[in-house]
Amino acid sequence: MDGGRHRPSTVPGLSERNHVSTSTRPAATERGARRRARLARFDVRVTPYLLISPFFLLFFLVGLFPMLYTAWVSLHDWDLIRGQGDFVGLDNFAFVLGTESFYKALRNTFSIFLLSSVPQVVAAILIAYMLDANLRAKTFWRMGVLVPYIVAPVAVALIFAKIFADDSGLVNNLLLGVGLPAVEWHSDALASHIAIATMVNFRWTGYNALIFLAAMQAIPREIYEAAIIDGTGRMRRFWHVTVPMLRPTIIFVVITSTIGGLQIFDEPRMFDTGGQGGASRQWMTMTMYLYELGWGPQLAFGRASAVAWLLFLIIVAIGIVNFLITRRIAHSGGPTKTSR
Amino acid sequence: MTITRRTVLAASAATAATAAVAGCSSGGGSAAGGDGGGEIELTVATFNEFGYEDLFAKYEEDNPGVTITHKKAATADDARANLMTGLAANSGLADVEGVEVGWWAELLQYADVFEDLSDPAVEGRWLDWKTEAATVDGKLMGYGTDIGPEAIAFRGDLLEKAGLPADRTGLAELLTGDWDTYFQVGRQFTEATGIPWFDGAGGTFNGMVQQLAQPYETADGTPIPLAENTDVKAIYDHLAEYKDISGGMTQWEEDWTASFQSDGFATMLCPPWMMGPLEGNASGVEGWDIADVFPGGGGNWGGSYLAVPSQGKNLEEAKKLAAWLTAPEQQIAAFQAVGAFPSQLEALDAEEVTSTVNPFFNEAPVGEIYSERATSIEVQPFQGPNFFVINTVVADAITRWDKDGMDPAESWEQALTAYDELGLG
Repeated sequence: MDGGRHRPSTVPGLSERNHVSTSTRPAATERGARRRARLARFDVRVTPYLLISPFFLLFFLVGLFPMLYTAWVSLHDWDLIRGQGDFVGLDNFAFVLGTESFYKALRNTFSIFLLSSVPQVVAAILIAYMLDANLRAKTFWRMGVLVPYIVAPVAVALIFAKIFADDSGLVNNLLLGVGLPAVEWHSDALASHIAIATMVNFRWTGYNALIFLAAMQAIPREIYEAAIIDGTGRMRRFWHVTVPMLRPTIIFVVITSTIGGLQIFDEPRMFDTGGQGGASRQWMTMTMYLYELGWGPQLAFGRASAVAWLLFLIIVAIGIVNFLITRRIAHSGGPTKTSR
Repeated sequence: MTITRRTVLAASAATAATAAVAGCSSGGGSAAGGDGGGEIELTVATFNEFGYEDLFAKYEEDNPGVTITHKKAATADDARANLMTGLAANSGLADVEGVEVGWWAELLQYADVFEDLSDPAVEGRWLDWKTEAATVDGKLMGYGTDIGPEAIAFRGDLLEKAGLPADRTGLAELLTGDWDTYFQVGRQFTEATGIPWFDGAGGTFNGMVQQLAQPYETADGTPIPLAENTDVKAIYDHLAEYKDISGGMTQWEEDWTASFQSDGFATMLCPPWMMGPLEGNASGVEGWDIADVFPGGGGNWGGSYLAVPSQGKNLEEAKKLAAWLTAPEQQIAAFQAVGAFPSQLEALDAEEVTSTVNPFFNEAPVGEIYSERATSIEVQPFQGPNFFVINTVVADAITRWDKDGMDPAESWEQALTAYDELGLG
């Protein structure tokens, strides 16, 4: 974020190596020197790509290939056990898009995503802001917010099953205790989304808070000092210094939680024992629908692959929207803006 | 929020582990002579409790050179997912796989992936309907392990409050008859006490549908359109008519588990394997008992088989082990270890089984009761490849009025839409 401050203006390793290769050997022929110079240029140009290539090779193997293969599967009548069947063109897509379940899954996924991501980012920033203050036993508090993250999602689901049970649950007992009506967590769609979003938030808010905390600590203290000298209050400093300086991090967190949120599976699947998303599919998400088609009694891999691709396209579309918004924020410009 | 990515990573780690196990077993297989002379490694995959732990040790002792690795999945769902993945990949399965009776519905269409286990030596070992459920075109896909003949578990103390017979013989007499008898008595009970008669319509539906010979598909596997399925609709309507005596709970859910402690209901359909969970959920509650009766005759819920996937390396040794494990003596031992109720005719008459009483259920002679229940089962429903998809559609429809409070007629309309969505043609 503040790249200019500590980083030397040139990269030392490269410039020194160039220097060495061209002039330490006065006896070398001009031709040899030229060859070495060419090699050095080659080194400078190609080495970075070689160094980063393992990631991309691995990505092609375990990311891109399965993705393209899924597209191939989605064009066939494909049985989980028997494997490839007849080529059916876009029939699987037509089938999936023609089911009511697909749109329910889409609705549920977005609803749970919004109910989890929005409060999560807001709460994470506030928690990070508090952790950034001069607390006693800093490390204790900072590690403390990460504890929910290290609890396995299935364990979280078990705990929340007790909290959100319809008749015997903690929340409903409390509501009835203060004279309010009980909430039908497993019948009402919105209530089930809220319960599931609570599980997600429990697990991920602390994690995101730590990311925000790291970004906050990278904000130069001089800016705060200058703001204090100018006589700004705490709230103003938060809104006009901290939040703008966090923009790139907010964008990062929003993008990662979008990708994860649209693929949400564990929490809704564990929300009841059936794992299908309720009798009216009140909380069946896209990935659950995919799983039901592929590994459920239908064993229809072609249809499941079609859902996988539709989900991928939706995520790409949202990614593009994210990107456009990101660009706008980048142009609107915070106090110091290094494009990254 | 990269939940899914993490799950996938974990899954691939698990796959790698399975592959490693498979690698071991095939390594052992190459040295196998089959005469007990070479080193043979066999893997057996089970789920929940089959009660085989001690038996494996005994088999290894009796058959020098054989080592058995036991892969035990925590739940049947995990085991099913693992079995399906292994069949799809054509590798990674155990030499002997535990198969739940319900899985045959989808597995029978892939009959060629399992070894034919029929053998004159084991003929007549099991109850007829147990063997029939695992037979395709004369090919026996699995050896029966345990069964789930259903009886009625009831709370004697609650029945007494309503002035109904509180002892198991008296109740068995009162309930002998069809489902309407059971529901009528239930309404009498609920009107007197305000307590639901049974736990939930879903569990009860399961017991009723298991008595149909062809619930959702004709014998050749053709699905019966739900709109024309009068048998299932009749059961649906019958249950809906008595929804006031249902506890409205889905089995295994948090509220169901908790309701055992709060007088949530008075009776439930109870196969032998349900006794364990029931006792666990109702621990400290007195008054549970089991009556030797089941509406409409007999019914089976659950039970398993041992199958030998053809992808294995030690097929003969695996068959031998499966045959040994499912012999009456071994299944009696498994029954004594974990209560898995044997499916072998000889074991059903065995003194060790019939003399069993369960202290928690008011000293009920459960061995005798369930042996009696097992022999009164006449039909094992035909479960074709579409059994579960259609059953889920109907079960969901029942949950919608039993739990979510929807109108039964409206819920049925939704079920018809959901059925059309399956595209079964």
